Amino acid sequence: MAPILEIQNLYKNYGSLEILKDINVSIDSGDFLVLVGPSGCGKSTLLNCIAGLEPISSGNLSIGGQDMTNVSPKNRNIAMVFQSYALYPTMSVAKNITFGMKVRGVDQSTQEAKLAQVAQQLQIEPLLGRRPGQLSGGQRQRVAMGRALVRDPKLFLFDEPLSNLDAKLRVEMRTEIKALHQNLGASMVYVTHDQIEAMTLATKIVVMKGGEIQQIGTSSEIYNRPANLFVADFMGSPAMNLIPAKTRSNDEGTNIEILRKDGEPIVLTDQVNRDLPSDVILGVRPEDIADPEMRGGGDTQAADCIIDIVEPTGADTFVVMQLGGKSVTARLHSETTAQPGKTQKLAFDLGKVSYFAPDTGLRLN
Amino acid sequence: MTELVTSPARGQSQAVRVLLRWSLYIALGFFVLIYLMPLFVMVTTSLKSLEEIRTGDLVALPRAVTFDAWFTAWSGACTGIKCEGVKPYFWNSVLIAVPAVAISTLVGAINGYVVAQWRFRGANIIFALMLFGCFIPFQVVLLPMARVLGIMGIAGTIQGLIFVHVVYGIGFTTLFFRNYYVTIPVELTKAAKVDGAGFFRIFWSIFLPLSLPIIVVTVIWQFTQIWNDFLFGVSFSQAGTQPVTVALNNIVNSTTGVKEYNVDMAAAIIAAFPTLLVYVVAGKYFIRGLTAGSVKG
Repeated sequence: MAPILEIQNLYKNYGSLEILKDINVSIDSGDFLVLVGPSGCGKSTLLNCIAGLEPISSGNLSIGGQDMTNVSPKNRNIAMVFQSYALYPTMSVAKNITFGMKVRGVDQSTQEAKLAQVAQQLQIEPLLGRRPGQLSGGQRQRVAMGRALVRDPKLFLFDEPLSNLDAKLRVEMRTEIKALHQNLGASMVYVTHDQIEAMTLATKIVVMKGGEIQQIGTSSEIYNRPANLFVADFMGSPAMNLIPAKTRSNDEGTNIEILRKDGEPIVLTDQVNRDLPSDVILGVRPEDIADPEMRGGGDTQAADCIIDIVEPTGADTFVVMQLGGKSVTARLHSETTAQPGKTQKLAFDLGKVSYFAPDTGLRLN
Repeated sequence: MTELVTSPARGQSQAVRVLLRWSLYIALGFFVLIYLMPLFVMVTTSLKSLEEIRTGDLVALPRAVTFDAWFTAWSGACTGIKCEGVKPYFWNSVLIAVPAVAISTLVGAINGYVVAQWRFRGANIIFALMLFGCFIPFQVVLLPMARVLGIMGIAGTIQGLIFVHVVYGIGFTTLFFRNYYVTIPVELTKAAKVDGAGFFRIFWSIFLPLSLPIIVVTVIWQFTQIWNDFLFGVSFSQAGTQPVTVALNNIVNSTTGVKEYNVDMAAAIIAAFPTLLVYVVAGKYFIRGLTAGSVKG
């Protein structure tokens, strides 16, 4: 089956300014694609290009197997939810939802049936007679979703739909969008700057920076095997520890030396990865540095570290120390005995580390 | 302790405050009197007989109220050789102002909508040029405009005056609507485009219903400008198509013999009445509309 959305060699320029460079993405029917990156990375522009609201400078774009490169938005069979919801302020909720059908000349009885169905699905029946100005942020969000759902499009586009909601509501709506995706089996493209939103929702993530794709993969691929230093740093909270280290190969494997402010360097031995350059950046997730008694297993190696700061968060306790000239965070059990200024034995899980080249920032293993 | 200290002080400041407040009222009242004095004189004079005007005091109330001057002004006063009052010219003004206001407002709304929401290459330059049109003095365009009206074959007609006022008004109306529409998020247009609506559909269904405050502002502005215009009216009209402002001038300046001040005053009030009415009826919206954009932006 043809991919539901296929983008080939897409470029977007404003004058001489390149906003998007050589974008290639394709998703299958039922996929939930999340475009994530810091502000100004071009993710919203890419979404607007998919919608047809921004013309593309070169490249091809097809939706549902049909070339849509130069097709106007109304003929692309898409629906879009905007960050500001963009509800029509002078129309009632019901009129907002049916506006698209009215414009397209759908007959009255079909409009009413679809409106009733969507209102029931999103539980907004009591709101149908109200104006957008009389709704709360969460309710407006639902109406905006309703306006998209009622169209029954090939592709749903979401432009940071949750960023105007408060934290609690955002988490609720996130779950709801995920449930909606699962129930409908619809194909969606979703833009966010929130990496947690990206991880929780996506079946496929595109990490972008400066108009270029950094990595495409599933949540777990992006999280566990980031393609470069940018992705490693951007995805995950707290961020991955990126520690400068020296390597030396011997018969047992590769010795990895991490300098410390005072005292001997920490030496870990990686038995799997060989032929690493002598200078690397070692990437370790905070949860891969743990209490030795909590974390066993083949690749776990313990080392003594001096703890600088202890931050209990309830479920976990984060400790911060200085390694290789960087602040390094470890996620420990909440009942840890770690204390600031004291030495603590910590276990490094070498089975899950990443190595990056310091000059190019690219992944080595 | 503190109460003892503060209460006399508070009493004093209270007195000062009352004093200040009253001097404020007195000052305002004084200016209101100055401002209303001409209107008062106009109204009272128009209600007096010529005899009373000649013998009486300018600011005195009429001893015997008579509406004769009003009837004369409306349908009997002489403008040059014709003596049919301001009535036909009043209707000329209505026939000029109503279509000219309607057309310039509509065109301004569409222009503003395009410049604010459908950004195209050169949109800013076009808007700047239109804005420039607001600053061109009337006198500069008189000769070229006369030529254009001649070429178009509508010189000296009501249509010609409508055309002149529409052309001159578009700069202002575009400015008003553009400034109002830039405060409306572009996402609204995008959402409507994705929903399948086209250029005019979005304008009619989404933007126009939002525009009541700015329409009121524009209509008041345009109506006042066009109704009160004298220069275009006197330059581009001929006998029979003159607006009321020109007729008023003719009544006042072309009478021979005794000056009929009461008729002049009544005619002037009749000529000013529509703009007065528009402000009284829609003034509330005018203030609201003028400030609406600034609050939102």
